[in-house]
Amino acid sequence: MSDARLLLEQIRRKVTRPLRFMEVCGTHTVAISRSGIRGLLAGQVDLVSGPGCPVCVTADVEIDRMLAYCDVPGAIVATYGDLVRVPGSAGSLAARRAAGADVRVVYSAMDAVTLARENPGRTVIFLGIGFETTAPAAALAIATAAEAGVRNFYVHSAHKLTPPAMRALLGAGGARLDGFLCPGHVSTVLGVDGFAFLATEYGLPAAIGGFEPLDILMAVDYLVDAAQGAQLVRVENAYRRWVKPEGNPRARAVIGQTFAPCDARWRGLGLIPASGLAFRAEYAAFDAETAFPAEVPEPPPRLGCRCGEVLRGEIKPPQCKLFGTACGPEHPLGPCMVSGEGACAAYHRYGEGSPC
Amino acid sequence: MCLAIPARVVSLDGRIALVEIQGNRRNVDVTLVDGVRAGQYVLVHAGIALQVLDEAEAAETLSLLTAALGGGHE
Repeated sequence: MSDARLLLEQIRRKVTRPLRFMEVCGTHTVAISRSGIRGLLAGQVDLVSGPGCPVCVTADVEIDRMLAYCDVPGAIVATYGDLVRVPGSAGSLAARRAAGADVRVVYSAMDAVTLARENPGRTVIFLGIGFETTAPAAALAIATAAEAGVRNFYVHSAHKLTPPAMRALLGAGGARLDGFLCPGHVSTVLGVDGFAFLATEYGLPAAIGGFEPLDILMAVDYLVDAAQGAQLVRVENAYRRWVKPEGNPRARAVIGQTFAPCDARWRGLGLIPASGLAFRAEYAAFDAETAFPAEVPEPPPRLGCRCGEVLRGEIKPPQCKLFGTACGPEHPLGPCMVSGEGACAAYHRYGEGSPC
Repeated sequence: MCLAIPARVVSLDGRIALVEIQGNRRNVDVTLVDGVRAGQYVLVHAGIALQVLDEAEAAETLSLLTAALGGGHE
């Protein structure tokens, strides 16, 4: 029997009441679905997906705002691949590209700076999206552009911060959680300390987990013990080979030099204080939002789409009537089905299709 | 999207490291990590190295796990 199977059986034997833990990382969502752990623990441990997919948590009005950059004369809109197919209220970046807009997928923000250098007559607008793992790359790219005097490079900062979203969920009281599986790679930046508030302020156990089945199970094993009183409530670091207690202070400093926390809108969670990253005055010249202002009307609600409730952990994807019928990977209606890391896409791909 | 990938450092040139990721070689920025050496593993996300692998902790995790499972390998 494999280590993972042994540990899984050990967890199943010690659960004495139904427990509910939330993961807030799209990569965890996919890993938990792909490995089958979610289904194997069902009935005892409910592993519920939260607001962990950057594309999914981006509000419709912000998607529309990003689409508007396609209308800037001479613009090259550079973005991570996840965003290209996400539908706004008037098409997607993919549709705009098909209609002639210059939309390029880049691997890193630095590649967008290179694009700007190679195309001095064009305006390169990078769509900065992601959590604490991705924001340092954008900040470094902006610093590099500033040092090198690259003046045709701009960034739209839709970056978001994980802890404020967890606080918002707990404050709203709807999630009924017994603990959090903390995001492994975000934790390489924030460290164990970045999630200490879960235990100290909310009395909830938290475990930083990696992405292999054993990593996930080791984190869940601690959460079960702590939730049942067999371990102290704290932040357990079950991903020590990559996550240091202090995280990566230099990465946080780079973020802090370029950006300052700002209120931000999240799909499903609304406006969350200090949960986004806005440009500091020193780097304001790189802010695409001020350089290319556009009036974006409030988009109409997506009829029938329940991505908001999925992101709050209130429903599982199969409980949405559109799941697997009107909304599927080939014809996604909501962002949680578009992104490969969305809960709807993960449930659909790995056959977790029955309502539970 | 927060997927970060372990990569082995092949060589270093200032703040840029040539790394091997699943058989492919590419340059990554190592500005944010200290003391990287060739042969080490770094965690790469969006072209940036975010951490250096702690090999002692990796070994420790495995031994803890073995102990927790009562050495129950088959």
